[in-house]
Amino acid sequence: MKFWERLGAIDRKIIYTVIGLAVIIPLVTKLTFPIRVSDTVRNAYNSIERLPAGSIVMISIDYDAASGPELQPMLIAVLRHCFKKNIKVILTGHWALGLPLGEIALNQVAAEYHKKYGQDYINIGYRPGYTALIVGIGREIRDFFSTDYKRVPIDSFAFMRRVHNYNEINLLVGLEAGATGDAWVLYAGARYGLKMFFGATGVSAPDLYPYLQAKQIEGILAGLQGAAEYETLINEKGTGTLGMPTQSVVHGLIIIFIILGNISYFVLRRKKE
Amino acid sequence: MRLQIPLIVVLVTGLLLIVTFFIPHEPFGSLEQRFLIWYSIVAGFTMLLGLDSLTRYHLVRIRDKIKGWGFSIVLLLGLFITLGLGFYSWAKYQSPFTLGSPFMFLYTYVIIPLQATMFALLAFFIASAAYRAFRARTTEATLLLVAAVLIMLGRVPLGGWLWHRMVDFADLIPGTHLAGLKNLEIFARINDWIMDIPQTAAKRGIFIGATLGGIVMSIRIILGIERSYISGS
Amino acid sequence: MILHILGTWIAAGLTIAIFSFLYKDNPFYKFAEHLYVGVSAGFGVIYVWAFDLKPMLVDRFISEHGVERWILLVPAILGILMLTRWTEKYAYISRLPIAFTVGIGAGLGITGSVQGFLLPQMQATLLPLTTINNVILVIGVVTTILYFYFSHEFKGASNIILRVAIVFIMVSFGASFGYTVMARISLLIGRMFFLLSDWLHII
Repeated sequence: MKFWERLGAIDRKIIYTVIGLAVIIPLVTKLTFPIRVSDTVRNAYNSIERLPAGSIVMISIDYDAASGPELQPMLIAVLRHCFKKNIKVILTGHWALGLPLGEIALNQVAAEYHKKYGQDYINIGYRPGYTALIVGIGREIRDFFSTDYKRVPIDSFAFMRRVHNYNEINLLVGLEAGATGDAWVLYAGARYGLKMFFGATGVSAPDLYPYLQAKQIEGILAGLQGAAEYETLINEKGTGTLGMPTQSVVHGLIIIFIILGNISYFVLRRKKE
Repeated sequence: MRLQIPLIVVLVTGLLLIVTFFIPHEPFGSLEQRFLIWYSIVAGFTMLLGLDSLTRYHLVRIRDKIKGWGFSIVLLLGLFITLGLGFYSWAKYQSPFTLGSPFMFLYTYVIIPLQATMFALLAFFIASAAYRAFRARTTEATLLLVAAVLIMLGRVPLGGWLWHRMVDFADLIPGTHLAGLKNLEIFARINDWIMDIPQTAAKRGIFIGATLGGIVMSIRIILGIERSYISGS
Repeated sequence: MILHILGTWIAAGLTIAIFSFLYKDNPFYKFAEHLYVGVSAGFGVIYVWAFDLKPMLVDRFISEHGVERWILLVPAILGILMLTRWTEKYAYISRLPIAFTVGIGAGLGITGSVQGFLLPQMQATLLPLTTINNVILVIGVVTTILYFYFSHEFKGASNIILRVAIVFIMVSFGASFGYTVMARISLLIGRMFFLLSDWLHII
C-alpha cells in the first residue's frame, strides 16, 4: 500500500526531470517514426497543389514566438510548396510580435528556391484592428497596405498592380494561434468568397473543426503533427518531422503518468472505504 | 452629454455597418471603408494605453526602493533600449525590420527565446497536472480522460507504432495472418472520428450558443441598453 | 558570425533563466521576466509607429491633397482622445473613440456572425439522417445547444438530453485537453531543439 501512496504524492521535480529527459533523449538519439498523413492535411495540400503557376496565395502570420515551434515549420513547408509550384506569395500578419517570424522564413525559403522579392513574393506587413482590416481588404487592399513591410509602395511591384482585393487572391493560408482565424472565415470567407485553409496550434485547432465539416475551410494542419504531415506531402523534412518522435515518447509518458496516477487513486480510495 | 454623445456614436457607426452590409453601394460603401480605415488607425493608439501605467508603476517602485526595484530598472532599460535600437535601425536601415538590424537582433535573440520559453514551461506544468489531478472520479471525468488519452495516442505516430505492435503480437498466434490489419490504423482513425464527429458537434453547439449571445449583446450595445463598456471611465 | 554566436549565447542564457523557474522562483527568472515585459512594450511602441501612425497617418497626410488630407485629422484626434485615459480628470473623453470602435465591432459582429457562422453552421447540421455519423452529429449539436439554453431543473425526458449533452461536451473537452498537451509539448521540443542544436551543436 505504501508504494501507491508514495507514487500518488511523488515530487513534482521528479516529474519535471522525467519529462525533460523524455524530450532530450529522443532528440539526441534521432529516433524516427513514420508519419501518417490525415485527410484534413491532404485536402489543405491539394488546395495549393491544384493552383496553376502564377496564382497568388496570401499567408497570414497570426501567431508569435510563443507558438513558433508549432507554426513556423508549417509556414516553411507551405512556402516551399508555393515556391516549388511558382505560386506568388503575399505575406501579412495580424499578430504584431510574430511578423518578423514571417520575414525570417520568407528570406530562408526564397533563397532556397532563388525567388526574388517583389517578383515572386512580397511582405506587406501589419496593421492594427484585424476585423476591420479583413473586411476592408475585401474592397481595396491599398486602403490599408499602400506600402509593403519596408514602406515601399506596393504598386512598384509588377504582380501587385493587378491585386486590388480578394478577387485576385486564389487562396488564404492562415497560421492561427488565436481567434483571428474566425475573422478570416466570417468576413473574408463568407462575405467575399475567399477560399482558405488553416495551420493552427494544438490549442486552437479543435475550435476550427466545425468550419471544416461545414466546408467553410479546405483543411486544417493541427499542431506539430500537422506540420510533419505537410512536410511529408511535399517531401521536405523539417522540424515538424524531426519533432514527432519526441512528441510520441512524451505523449506515451504522460499516458503512463495518467494511468499510474489513477491506479494510485483507486488503490487509496479502496483503502479508505 | 458625457454619456449621450458616445451612445449616439455607437448607434450611428453600428447601424451604418449593418446598412452597408445590405446596401454596399454609394454612399454607404465608401463611408464604411473610411470608418474601417479609421478603426485601424485608432486601434493602434490602444496599443499605447498600457504604456503609461507600466512605466509609472515601475518608476514609483524605483523611487521608493520597493523590494525588487532592481528588476524594475531592468524592465525600463529593456523598454528604452528597444525604443533606441528601433529608431536607430530605422535611421540606418530604412526600416527597423530589416533582418540583420540591431532591432531584429533583439527580436531574434531576446524576444523569441523569452516568449517561447515562457510558454514551453507550461509543458512541465500540464504533465504534472495530468499526473496529479487527472482522475476518473466520476463518469464525466472518465469520459474526458478517455477521450484525452485516445487523442494523445492517435494524434501522434505513437498510435500507429502501438497498433502495429499489437497486430504483430496477435499474429504470433499459430494459423493467423493478421498483418493486413496494420492498415486499419485504429488509433489514428479513432482520433479522426472523435475530432470530426462528437468534438465538432459539441463545439458547434457551444459556439452557436455563444454567437447568439454575442449577437444579442451587439444589438443591446447599438441600441444603448448595454453601457458597461463606457461606464467604467 | 560573431554577432550570431553572441546572440545564440544570449538566447540560451535567457532560455535557461526562464527554465530555472521550474526549480523555484529566483532572481535569474525575475530578470528574464522583467526584461521580457520591457522589451515587448518597446516593440509595441515601434510597431504602432512603423505600421500604424507613420504609414496610415503621417505618410498619407503628406501625400493626400484637399479635403482627403484634412479628413485624416478625424482618426488622429480620435486616437489622441483615446490617450486621455492616461489622465484621471479627462478620462471620460476617451469614451468617444471607445464608442466608435465598439460601434464598428458590434455592427460588423452582427452581420458577420449571422452570415459567416450561424447560417453555414446550421446548414451543415441539417443533414439527412442516413448514416450513423450524421445522426451522432445532429444529436450532439442539438443537445449541446439545449444544454446551454435551458437553465431550469432537468427532469424526465429533459434529463436524458442533459446526460447526452454532457457526453458530447466531455468528449470535446477531453479532445481539447489532448490537443493542448500536444501543443505544450511541441513548444518544449522547440526550445530543447534550440538548446541542443543551435547552441550546443549536439544534434
